[in-house]
Amino acid sequence: MAAPYRVVHYLNPFFFGLGGEEKASIEPTAKAGPFGPGRPLQEALGGEAEIVKTVTCGDNFFAERAEEASDRLLDLIEESRPHLLLAGPAFDAGRYGLACGHLCRKAGATLNIPAITALAPGNPGIEHSKDVYILSTSNSVRGMNPALQDMARLGLKLMRGEPLHSAREEGYLPRGFRKNFRVEKRGADRALDMLLAKVRGRAFETELILPKFDGVPPAPPVKDLESAKIALVTTEGLVPKGNPDRMDSTRADRYAKYRIEDLDALDASAFEFHHGGFSTADVNNDPHRAVPLDVLREMEREGRIGKLFGDIYSFAGCSTYYETAAGMGREIARELKGRGVNAVLILSS
Amino acid sequence: MDREGVPAALITTLISVAKNVGANRIVPGTGVPHVTGNPDLGPEGERALRAALVERALTALTTPLEEQRVF
Repeated sequence: MAAPYRVVHYLNPFFFGLGGEEKASIEPTAKAGPFGPGRPLQEALGGEAEIVKTVTCGDNFFAERAEEASDRLLDLIEESRPHLLLAGPAFDAGRYGLACGHLCRKAGATLNIPAITALAPGNPGIEHSKDVYILSTSNSVRGMNPALQDMARLGLKLMRGEPLHSAREEGYLPRGFRKNFRVEKRGADRALDMLLAKVRGRAFETELILPKFDGVPPAPPVKDLESAKIALVTTEGLVPKGNPDRMDSTRADRYAKYRIEDLDALDASAFEFHHGGFSTADVNNDPHRAVPLDVLREMEREGRIGKLFGDIYSFAGCSTYYETAAGMGREIARELKGRGVNAVLILSS
Repeated sequence: MDREGVPAALITTLISVAKNVGANRIVPGTGVPHVTGNPDLGPEGERALRAALVERALTALTTPLEEQRVF
């Protein structure tokens, strides 16, 4: 019987079992065999493939030093000469998803092995979908089992060299490749079917997905800083101590406005940060590590800038649904424009 | 903000996300848990670091652009 295929699995420290946010800065590390979700993943792979190594890296380390992190991880991965890299599943965890996507893309490019990760639809890591097989998962870890099954199934297909069906059938995000295949109906007939469906208000599926460009041309620059009114917006979940408005720390669907008109500084006794996506210890100790009000007030006094807008807009930008964020952004932008604000400073982690 | 004609500078550590969502004026911060600070520096060092970052954001706000830029 042939030796099993070799697989390496990437997990973040939380899923590896090393700890939570306090481990967000740990360096790339490896251990032999499967860990955490790697164990049921190994079961799903069966005897045909073996998870020979699990690698990990802190989500912040990767976010802040992606090239270094992936180089070091790839060294660890390469030692095992794997046939496949599996990363995650990361669900809607943004930094983790980005790390998975980036690492898989580098693995494909430098080690020439197939790489699969599994992310929820809104995960920023899906930007790598052109170069990586990204399976779609639920938003929360409740979808862990199906995600692992999907990863194993697709992984085995790739390692065996089996032909794949379309992205949609296999469950991964389209990578922008077009494969020609024959169908029974002529193109003209299919187009007519689609048109009739559209006119009748019935569902239809486009055969060609046109890319969506969402870029916005940059607004003209501020002409005169010394007379400019500048507003502050933060997605780091700034709240008055005790979070009186009960702002959500993840999946926010509303924002708050807090008066900073009479404040020279953000006191740690009066403010805190409520955000599910990073450890707020440092910013709770000194809120200026997230919102530089101290420096801005000094600049205001010195006449470097005109005036700070009296309110700061705040919510926790953690796993926010894209549409929700866009809606909040439009509302805030209109309000600020209406109040004569000349420029905005957005503070995000 | 750009759609309304109001220039916005985004200070963040996650540059790829900023680029992806179409932010035009991007200023790299100093770390996810402390984007405008650094606990290892001590209060004076942090203050100086913060002032430099805000200066960069002001530069971004006063620079004419045709496309996305990381400052």
